[in-house]
Amino acid sequence: MKVPISWLREFVEVEEDPYKLGEILTLGGIEVEEVQEVGPSFKGVIIGKVLRVWDHPNATKLKLCEVIDGERSFRVVCGAPNLQEGQKVAFAPPGALLPKMQIEARKIRGELSEGMICSEAELELSEDSSGIMVLSEEAPLGGDLAEYLGLKDYILEVSPTPNRGDCLSVFGIAREIAALKGIPLKEPTIDLKEEEVDVKEFIRVEIEAPEHCPRYTARYLFEVKVGPSPLWMRLRLSRCGMRPINNVVDITNYVMLELGQPLHAFDYDKLRGKKIVVKLAKDGDRFTTLDGKQRVLDGQTLMICDAEGPVAIGGIMGGLESEIEEGTKRVLLESAYFSPESIRRSVRFLDLNTEASLRFSRGVDPELSPLASARAASLMTKYAGAKLAKGIVDVYVKPLSRDRILMDLNWAEDFLGLKVSEEEFLNYLKRLGMEVQKTSERKFYVIPPSFRFDLKREVDIAEEIARLKGYENIPETLPQLLPLPKESKSRDLEKRLKEIMVGFGFYEVITYSFLSPRSLQAFGFSRFLKLLNPLSEEMSLMRPSLIPGLVEVARFNANRGIKDLRIFELRKVFLPQDDKLPKEEKRLGVLLMGEFYPSWWQKKGEKGDFFILKGCLEGIFKEVGVLEKVSFAPVQLPYLHPFQGAQVELEGIKIGVLGRLNPDLEDLLELKEVYIAELSLEMLFGTLKEVKTFKPLPKFPGTFRDISVLVEEEVLVQELLEVLKTSDLPHLEGMDIIDCYTGPPLPTGKKNITVRLFLRVPERTITDDEADLALKKAIEAIKKAGWSIRE
Amino acid sequence: MLVREFEEELKKLEREAFQSLEEVKDIGALEELRVKFLGRKGRLTLLLRSLKDIPIEERPRLGDLSNRIKTLLEEEIERKRLRLKEEEKARALWKERIDVTLPGRPILRGKLHVLTQVMEEIIDIFVSMGFQVYEGPEVELDYYNFEALNIPPDHPAREMNDTFYFSQEVLLRTHTSPMQIRVMEKEKPPVQMISPGPVYRRDADISHSPMFHQIEGLWVDKEVTFAHLKGTLAYFVKEFFGKDIRMRFRPSYFPFTEPSAEVDISCVLCKGSGCPTCKNTGWIEILGCGMVRPEVFQAVNYDFYQWRGYAFGMGVERIAMIRHGINDIRLFFQNDLRFLDQF
Repeated sequence: MKVPISWLREFVEVEEDPYKLGEILTLGGIEVEEVQEVGPSFKGVIIGKVLRVWDHPNATKLKLCEVIDGERSFRVVCGAPNLQEGQKVAFAPPGALLPKMQIEARKIRGELSEGMICSEAELELSEDSSGIMVLSEEAPLGGDLAEYLGLKDYILEVSPTPNRGDCLSVFGIAREIAALKGIPLKEPTIDLKEEEVDVKEFIRVEIEAPEHCPRYTARYLFEVKVGPSPLWMRLRLSRCGMRPINNVVDITNYVMLELGQPLHAFDYDKLRGKKIVVKLAKDGDRFTTLDGKQRVLDGQTLMICDAEGPVAIGGIMGGLESEIEEGTKRVLLESAYFSPESIRRSVRFLDLNTEASLRFSRGVDPELSPLASARAASLMTKYAGAKLAKGIVDVYVKPLSRDRILMDLNWAEDFLGLKVSEEEFLNYLKRLGMEVQKTSERKFYVIPPSFRFDLKREVDIAEEIARLKGYENIPETLPQLLPLPKESKSRDLEKRLKEIMVGFGFYEVITYSFLSPRSLQAFGFSRFLKLLNPLSEEMSLMRPSLIPGLVEVARFNANRGIKDLRIFELRKVFLPQDDKLPKEEKRLGVLLMGEFYPSWWQKKGEKGDFFILKGCLEGIFKEVGVLEKVSFAPVQLPYLHPFQGAQVELEGIKIGVLGRLNPDLEDLLELKEVYIAELSLEMLFGTLKEVKTFKPLPKFPGTFRDISVLVEEEVLVQELLEVLKTSDLPHLEGMDIIDCYTGPPLPTGKKNITVRLFLRVPERTITDDEADLALKKAIEAIKKAGWSIRE
Repeated sequence: MLVREFEEELKKLEREAFQSLEEVKDIGALEELRVKFLGRKGRLTLLLRSLKDIPIEERPRLGDLSNRIKTLLEEEIERKRLRLKEEEKARALWKERIDVTLPGRPILRGKLHVLTQVMEEIIDIFVSMGFQVYEGPEVELDYYNFEALNIPPDHPAREMNDTFYFSQEVLLRTHTSPMQIRVMEKEKPPVQMISPGPVYRRDADISHSPMFHQIEGLWVDKEVTFAHLKGTLAYFVKEFFGKDIRMRFRPSYFPFTEPSAEVDISCVLCKGSGCPTCKNTGWIEILGCGMVRPEVFQAVNYDFYQWRGYAFGMGVERIAMIRHGINDIRLFFQNDLRFLDQF
């Protein structure tokens, strides 16, 4: 909201510079986002007087005239149709600077013109270029125009918090300044000239929906002359961001900006039956608003109606049919209080926000209706030539009650951690316009003013005390600390996994939880959560997997020339389930692309592959102590290479996947050899051992025996190991694969696997015979399984 | 053999031996020289053996002389051997010389995302003050996100953040504050919690992201005051931003706290003198906070007159942007390696 300082000055003294004032407001809780300096877009334009006017000898549409500034006289050529002798005008003498030109003495159609008489448009004061700007008789001859019009000003860009509806006006801000600084506030001037004729002869008001509209007032004005409003008013309106329309409408807007009470002016002659009825619309009713749009209403929309039908949507926007026009002669001036809940609901339903609805939905002071009506009426009699009927129709069905709040000053001190004397307390409340009644020692009843409907409880009053005391005066103390908390297991595991991945050379990424339908389709996911109102189609689904997001990061980087990538993400995925809320599962996603070991001047880089990524996963499983319980089995998934994909199992339960991206996807995304893995962490959370128990180191050397096995190519290494594991080899400590080979000289379709058996007897050195025995048993087991031994 | 002949031979031998010794360049030649003169068939050995042919009265003198020369030669050879060995070792080492200015071999090491780094640092500060970390759902019920936080339907505060919905009842949480309710529902007071995590709002530009991160804090105890809130956050600001950064509280509004405050710190870039980052105010807003409202306690069945609490919430991206001078929030989620590698 824009608040000109010059306007504020009408209600409160402003001594400090505008920036300082902005800070006072900000620190008082009314945030001033910006202080903007505004001024005229011209220089050197003065107030002149047209002394004589005569015809231009060479042009019928032009006139010559003599303009004086009190000292000198100028000969000026002017083409304005409204030029007349005796007028005070905005005169730009030679040397003056206009928005679009520099004024110099020059000949126009053969006649010398020493300057220019300006229109409002030429001075960028309005869009009016129909004629020259005529100033009032009192304008000081020779005076600076910008100064006379008060064009130099500062505008505060204020954004009050949603609870402070009372601050959505110039007067409201002035009131706040007065309270914060403890200085006097001037009330707006109302100079009401009422005629003999009584308003009751012209208007009756009935409220059928008092919950929605507790108060409705109306005044009646006649002999109205619709025309432009005075320049100063138009200037203020446009500087506050509202477009001037005509004097009647401008005045309603002006009073709204000034006092915060939205008003509406109806063309009385377009109202039927001298009557206003406030009631709810019927479902499906249609109504055309001022902006020319037809709107469909529902049974909760509050309508202002005449004897026959709706004429406005209450508190939001007037109707096209009863709007003020050039020919309007009689006006019904509405000033009402609509309930914030009702307006907010309708604003959402109609998707229609206006300056009026903004104020009503934040809350307007119900006691303000007659006052704002009087202020507007007085301005209309002054600036729209209107005559005002005597009195006001004021239907106040449900006067809003103002609750008293019991305030215990000792409690407030404890709550705030701040000492507040009774004197200070009473002073603050007085400045805020509150009524106070002492009930007992340091206990009071407090009744907030009607415009502070946001104050309902003792905590609200406590904030007011803190605010007026100044938040900067709140002490900084530390509370008694509770015993130090234990970190959670899941957080521990997450932190550990992140450290491991970083140690393995991977960079952590954070991607959006959203995915596009296109991407999920490409990856073959079919169960996911869908947003009702996504920002875009691209971000309309919640990810059921981390992999598409990681691949997207790979693509983003590849497009920027970064072809080697080691990244991981440890975040949640969202899985629909039979509950209101989805299952949110923490996962670790890993992606490897291009070189794993980077190139170096002495050594070529080494590409990442399936087994590097598998090694990383095994490293993780070792760290959390489950390596022995984990197995990998071939798997086929839409987004994986059909023969380079594995399912990761922990004690037989699937916890993740690992493999190369499906080459079709790689081609589609223009990526080369991408390896990915994804693990669910749920099963791992419990596995982190807090304390590890020491196992004694072996005292005697062990030995090993190698054994080469020839198998069919389809046979998995794991099958071979399984056979050896289950054949009860004596003194077996561990096994390792030291070679796996296919190709010549082996027969086609065959594969050679070399296993090393580690053998040890804990209490002494193992003998050759013992080792050979183990080897012999192993060979037997292998032969029994139908495989042969290569010597 | 004549004494004279012996003497001449000895002199000649001495001269030749020491001269050759001078010229020897490596350990092999030195060994040859030693054998030539001192070996079993070496010239000096043979000469000494011929001493028996010398008249007896001359023997002691010539024997003495010969032995002195022998000892001297042995010593010199040994000295030379040591020197040659030193030289050879030095040569061998020289052959192993490298250009130390060549680049080192890259050792694999990744990095944590800058947001994680900042978040962990913030969490650690609060954990050191006794806050317990809790995490909660990102897909949330309207009840927890709004209703229980004193934000009924059509409340103007709902305008403050535009919400992503799955249904009328289910949404993406717009802040971490629902965790206040979830934790208080679960735990008996006193409660001291901190809850980090992603939150979502329908907004996207250079300073707004549809997903960003917040850290929520809540402390409920018997004696908690507004001054404690200020003290706690002042401690945090000093720990995180540094001792020379000032903090200020200014009144604000949140439906679930009263009094409420917005916390500003003096601009880290211009130190408070005014720059575009702080819009020339010298201050940067970093978080919102306040005393828990009675309506919120009511929702979780805490007695407002027995327990008091404060709560705060801060945006992690904003704090990371301020601290690291990052000017576009989208950079966090694009994950350009060149960006990730900078922190």
